Parts: sequence; structure tokens; C-alpha cells
Amino acid sequence: MAGGSRHEMIVGQRLLLWPGALALIASPGLAIVAILALLGVATRNETGPLLDGYSWHVLRFTVYQATLSTVLALLFALPVARAFARRSQFPGRTALIRLFGLPLVLPVIVAVFGIVAVWGHNGAVSRTLVAAGLPGFAPLYGLSGILIAHTFFNMPLAVRLLLPVWDSIPGETWRLANQFGMSGWQVFRLIEFPRIAPVIPGIAMLIFLLCFSSFSIVLVLGGGPRATTLEVAIWQALRLEFEIDRAVALAGLQVAACLIAGIAFYRMARSTVSEPTEGRRILRPDISSTASKCGDFLLLSVGTFWIGAPLAAAVTAGISGPLHDVLGRQEVWAAAVRSVVIGLSAGFLALVFGTMLAVTARDLAVRAQRAGLADWVEILGSQTLIVSPVVLGAGLFVLLIPHVAVFDWAIYLAIVLNGLIAIPYVIRLVGPVLRRNAEHHDRLCASLGLSGLNRLVLVEWPALAGTATTAMAISAALATGDLTAIVLFGSGQSDTLAKLLFSALGTYRMGEAAVLAMLLTATCLAVFVVVEGAGRIGRRA
Amino acid sequence: MKRIFVTCLAAAFSLQAAWAETLTIYTYESFVSDWGPGPEVQKRFESQCGCTIEWVAEGDAATLLTALRLEGDAGRADVVLGLDTNLMAEAVQSGVVLEHGLGQLGFDLPIAWNDPVFVPFDYGYFAIIYDSATLTDPPASLAELASGSPGRDLIIQDPRTSTPGLGLLLWIKAIHGDDAAEVWGILSERLLTVTQGWSEAYGLFLAGEAPMVLSYTTSPAYHQLAEDETRYKAVIFPEGHYMQIEVAAVAASTDQPELARQFLSFVGSRDFAEIIPTTNWMYPATDAGDALPDVFRNLDKPDVTLLLAPEDVAANRKEWIREWLEAVGTK
Repeated sequence: MAGGSRHEMIVGQRLLLWPGALALIASPGLAIVAILALLGVATRNETGPLLDGYSWHVLRFTVYQATLSTVLALLFALPVARAFARRSQFPGRTALIRLFGLPLVLPVIVAVFGIVAVWGHNGAVSRTLVAAGLPGFAPLYGLSGILIAHTFFNMPLAVRLLLPVWDSIPGETWRLANQFGMSGWQVFRLIEFPRIAPVIPGIAMLIFLLCFSSFSIVLVLGGGPRATTLEVAIWQALRLEFEIDRAVALAGLQVAACLIAGIAFYRMARSTVSEPTEGRRILRPDISSTASKCGDFLLLSVGTFWIGAPLAAAVTAGISGPLHDVLGRQEVWAAAVRSVVIGLSAGFLALVFGTMLAVTARDLAVRAQRAGLADWVEILGSQTLIVSPVVLGAGLFVLLIPHVAVFDWAIYLAIVLNGLIAIPYVIRLVGPVLRRNAEHHDRLCASLGLSGLNRLVLVEWPALAGTATTAMAISAALATGDLTAIVLFGSGQSDTLAKLLFSALGTYRMGEAAVLAMLLTATCLAVFVVVEGAGRIGRRA
Repeated sequence: MKRIFVTCLAAAFSLQAAWAETLTIYTYESFVSDWGPGPEVQKRFESQCGCTIEWVAEGDAATLLTALRLEGDAGRADVVLGLDTNLMAEAVQSGVVLEHGLGQLGFDLPIAWNDPVFVPFDYGYFAIIYDSATLTDPPASLAELASGSPGRDLIIQDPRTSTPGLGLLLWIKAIHGDDAAEVWGILSERLLTVTQGWSEAYGLFLAGEAPMVLSYTTSPAYHQLAEDETRYKAVIFPEGHYMQIEVAAVAASTDQPELARQFLSFVGSRDFAEIIPTTNWMYPATDAGDALPDVFRNLDKPDVTLLLAPEDVAANRKEWIREWLEAVGTK
């Protein structure tokens, strides 16, 4: 009879295919158009070897730094995550785990400022060393700077992805471990490792992919042609040299490499959830000794310092910076307005397209029983992980250049680019809620004859609104702090806060940079809070 | 009632702004900074022309040419200010500039000048500037600079984006020819970082990140006049110094060539030349008379001046930059 009831559900609800189809025209449609535009240019011109020795060097360096970054992030994250897992209840644990989530939402350029303020040549650590009569740090350019910044972002990401795996170890296992009186090493070898090992490749691939496509960090901390990723090299070829052939060749390398890494990621990824853990009391046999307590305390302190110090440095520097001078400048506020406009519009765009894709994927999966097809809709919609923002932007740039003054369109292009980049987040947040909706309410709606707009307003939206506004708030906040699009399309007339901060960092006006970093963070936070708040008020009304 | 009045006033102002002609000038960032020539140039020219100047600043001069080429006819530039001799031929070839048609103008330059497109506004010599407070024995010659060093003590600019960066590339090319790549291979060992523009490099240098930076022989004049500081010095190399002449031209995308021409003739005037020494810290291309501070007259000048023909640079720039990237970038 189960099959019969399933059939009724499908008859009762029309499949909504057009929203997904429409959204697919935007993403990956635009990406395909962008790549075709790049290929079109590449085939028109024929000059010399497209990929010279330097291009291969850039590819090698990109792989090299991404590999090192991944290894470092994981080597750091594993013991820290284990320490978190072993100490399931201590005051401030929840707050600490929240702190580990901050780098994921902080504007990249602000974090880079914080890292320079701590680890730079004139940073806090170097100054302390010098004051203690020790040699200070060498300046933070090139590989070391890139690795520090990448580890800052990805170590906490890995910790948050790993923690749920530890939490999934059932209490009985620990009770048994206790009865056997296992040592710390035995616990690791027999209980923890078998559970952790399968998820490592997926997490490693994700971090590798993120570091491989790193743009803003390398742009600021790269230190010249020696330490350049493909993403930065594409931008340089396009915006600095106007060598479109070269940009196209490099973009080809980038897409090919990301495609390989992306497929590997898709194969290896196990579904992991990054929810903060509850602090359930567990009875491990290996946590009562003083040595283990000290060890865990040390690990958690180092991890907290690694993430907290740059954030704290950014805040302190901001407060003691030339507030009056910077905040009194009109162009700073004009830039802030641009940032907010880009953020809100891109967030809205991402929400609309992401929801459209998710609705169609849901209908395909739940109502038409075509889970495979549904996966493809979501994967295609999330293509920005493969066709990177810079490649996508480069394609749009080349496409538009003969027809319009791209610099005058910078803000609109930044909105589109950031909107597309954020679609995967929206799908990931909204998708599960939509699927639950269908599973829970389809039968009721069918029996009540609710469908179309009525169903949307009465049934879908109330259940979806909370998640949808959160999704838009996150997308909007990320877009508000984005540097990539504006560096790609912008000129002096379309500066956003992120761009101003980038220039200030570049010319070493650190005081000004500090205030701008604080203002940008506050702006992103305000965008997030306002969108979330508006959603809440809207739901109550 | 008051609101209506304010609205009318605002409308009247915006109408007036629309009527007053706007001259859009593309230039590099440091030219329009508060301490650069921009503000004074704007004040003087606006009082002559009854128009408004709108500055559009790109990072450094080489990016300026890229921006013009990227925008093509869709761009808004009326004048481009800040290209140099090394980029002139390429600018003409890519059709982004127009002849100025001003006839023969008189300049005070170390070389003869009668270009139909470009009006020069200042010149200088690239040089290694060092901080004598932290570096007691700077390299005395280019050969010594390129003979290696134990540490990373030099900041230079990227020749793809910056005219001083390109200047150093051509400087070494002019002296070492086909061996340039080898010289760069050794020199790259002492590079702390390669920045995109002059401003970044000089900012890092002043922040004490490295004791040497690529700049101009005239840079110490700034520290002496503006800060009464003599610790920053230029080294004069016996092999000679590469010269830079900065130029302005009418942009091909202009929709008001008359006004653009008027601006170019202002660029060639003494009125403009007077602003240059103490704001752009270069030698003015037109005689500035007493407005040239004595400090400038007392600066060391190189005995040998190097300058490659613009056509040679245009024909080889890409190849030489590739060579540079291979030598410096893959180390």
C-alpha cells in the first residue's frame, strides 16, 4: 500500500520544474556563457605558447601551497578537536566553539588585517620577541603568510567538521572502554581512529579546494610573482596586463584542476554536520590524569590563541586607530553604502535562485522519486566551487568589455557574482527544510486541495521563513565583505569598504586599515542582524 | 515651504553641475592623493576653464594603460596623465590616445622633445633609495647590487603594473642585454617583496620592512623638504641610471577634445610645472623658475643617462616581462 500512497502524493502535487530550470539558466548558465566567452577570445587570437614556464610555476605553487595548507590545518585541527571532544563539559566551551565558527563568516580581508597585526614584522608577537631580546619575525610575505592565513581559516573549519564525528561515538562504547581500562593510545587506535579516518579525505579535499582557489589572501600576502595562485594570476593577466589569452589559458588550468579536485571531493565526502555539540557528558577512561588535563588545556589554549589573537588585535587596533579621521571622510561612507547595497542585493539574489533550485530539486527527489536528477540540479547550481569566482568574473568581463564600460557596471556585476557565489549556501540551508515540508505536509495539502500559491503562502513559507532569512543574512553578510568581485570589476569610483581596506593594507597605512577593518566588520554584522531581524518581524506580523 | 525652497535649490545646483563641463582625467593613485599634485592642479585649471575636473585613479601607470585599453571607446577618459616614455608607443599602437595638435612646445628636458601625441610633465631617474640609519654600506654600483646578498633587503615594483618596476627591468636590460635574465636570477635572491605599485613599496620601506627600495633620485628631496630628514639617500651608480619622462595625452574616448587640449597646454605651462617639484617630487618638464627648490638643484644627478627608444620597448616589453617572470617568479 505504501507505493499507492506515494502515488497519490505525486498526483496531488504538481512538480515545480520551472523555478529550477529558470535558476539553472543563471547558474550554471552564466558560468557556461562566461567560459564560452573566454574560449571565444582564446580561439580568435593566436599568439605564442599560451602556457609558458611561468604559468606552470604558478600551477605548481598553487598545488604546493594548497597541499601544505591542508596538511597544516588538519595536523593542527585533529589534536584540538580531540581536546574539545575529551573535555565535553567545561565553562565557556560553547562560546569557544562559537569562536571557532567566526573565521567562516568574517570578511577575509579583515581577518588578513588581524593576522598581519599579530604575525607581521611589526606585529604583536614580533614586538614581544624583540622586547624580550630575541630576533623578531621576518615580514609576513610569500608562502609563510599564505600558510598562516589559510590555517587561520581552515583549522577551525576542520575542528567544527570533526567534532560531530567524535560526538557520534555512542556512550556504550565509552562504557566498554572504561571497563577494559583502555589507555589514551588504545582509545585513539581502537575507537577514535576508525571513526575519524573515513571523514578525513572529504575534509581534506574541501580544504584543499578552498586553498586552491584562494584569492584575497594571496593577493594581500602573496608578495609578488613568486607566490601567486592561479586565481591571482588570472586576475593579473586580465586586469593588470590585459593579456586575455593568458587569462583564458590560466582559467582553463584552474577549472580543470578544480574539476578533478571537486570530483574527488564529491566521491570522498561523507555527510558531516557542523552543528555545535551539546556538551553531553561522556565517560572516557583517558581524561582523568593530570597530564592529560594539562595537555588538553594547552591544546585548547593554543587553538584559541591562534583564532582569537588576530580577532582581538583587529578590535584593539580599530578602537585605538584614527577613528575621527577615517570616519569623517565622505568616501568611506559612500563605500559603506556600496558594500551594503551589494550585500543586500546579492543576498536577495542568492536566496531567490537558491530557493528556486532547491524547490525543483525537492520536487524531483521527493515527489518524482528522481533523487539522482535532484542531486544534479543541486550540484549544477552549486558550480561556483568548480568555476571559481575569478574565472566566472573574467568571463563576464571579457563578454561585456566590447559593449559597455565595465567599470561603470562594477556594482551590478559584483551583485551578480556574489549572488551566484552564495547559491550553494542557500541550497544547503533551505533544501533540507523544503524536503521536510514535502514529507510532512504533502498528504495533508493534497487532501485539503491546497496547491500553488495558496500552498506556498499557507504551508511552505511559515516553515521556511526562518531558514530562508538566515540563508539570506549569511549570503548578504558574506557579499558585504567581499573583495574579489570589486577588485575584478571595480575602479577608483566604485570602492567598497573591503576595497578601501585592501588599499590601506597595501600602502601600509595600518591605522587607517584598523578603523576600516572595524567598520567593515560592524557593517557585515549589521547587515546580518538587520536581515535576520527583518525576517523575524515579518514572520510575527 | 522651506522644503520646497531646498528642493528647488538642489535642483538648480544639479542643473548647473550638468551645464559646467566635466573633464575626466585618468591618472595613477599617488598623483591625486592629498599630498600629491592633484588638488593644486585641479584648483589652478578649474579657475582657468570654468569646468570641473573629475579624477579617476588607477593603481600605477602601467595599469592605467590597461584600463584605457580595456575600456576602449566605451570609456569616459578625456585625458590620460601619467604614462611614461616606455608605454608611449604601445598607447599609440592600441589607439587609446589622440594627437594633441598644439604645435611645437618648449620643454626643459635632458632630451629633445617633439612628440605629436604626448606632452611631458616631469622627469626623473630611477634609483635605489636606502635608509642610512639601518644600512651603513649600501651597494655602490648596479654590479654590486646584483652580486647577491645574504638577506632580503630590497623592495621593488612589478614591471607589469608599475612604471618604476618596468624602469628597473629596462635599466638592467639596457646595461646587461641578453644576460639580463641571469642578473635577475641573482637579484631575486635579495628581493623582500615585489609590490604592484610605487606607493605600496615606498610605504613598506618607510615602515622599516626593508632598508632599500626602488624609487627616484629625487625621493630624498621629499624627506629633506617636507620632514627635514636626511637619513634616506639615493645611491648614484657609475653604470648609469634609467630615465623616466612622465607624459599626458588626449584620450581617444574623449567627447570634448577642445577642453582636453586646453588641459594639455596647461600641462606644458609654467603654472603646472611649479606644482610638480614639491608634490610629485620629480623634475618639472617645463622650466619652473624660482619654484624649483634649491634642494633639487643640489641633488646628485647620474653621470650617465639611459633610455631605450619607445618603439624598442613596445616591441619587446611582453617578451622581456616573460623573461623577468621566469627569472624572478619561479625562484
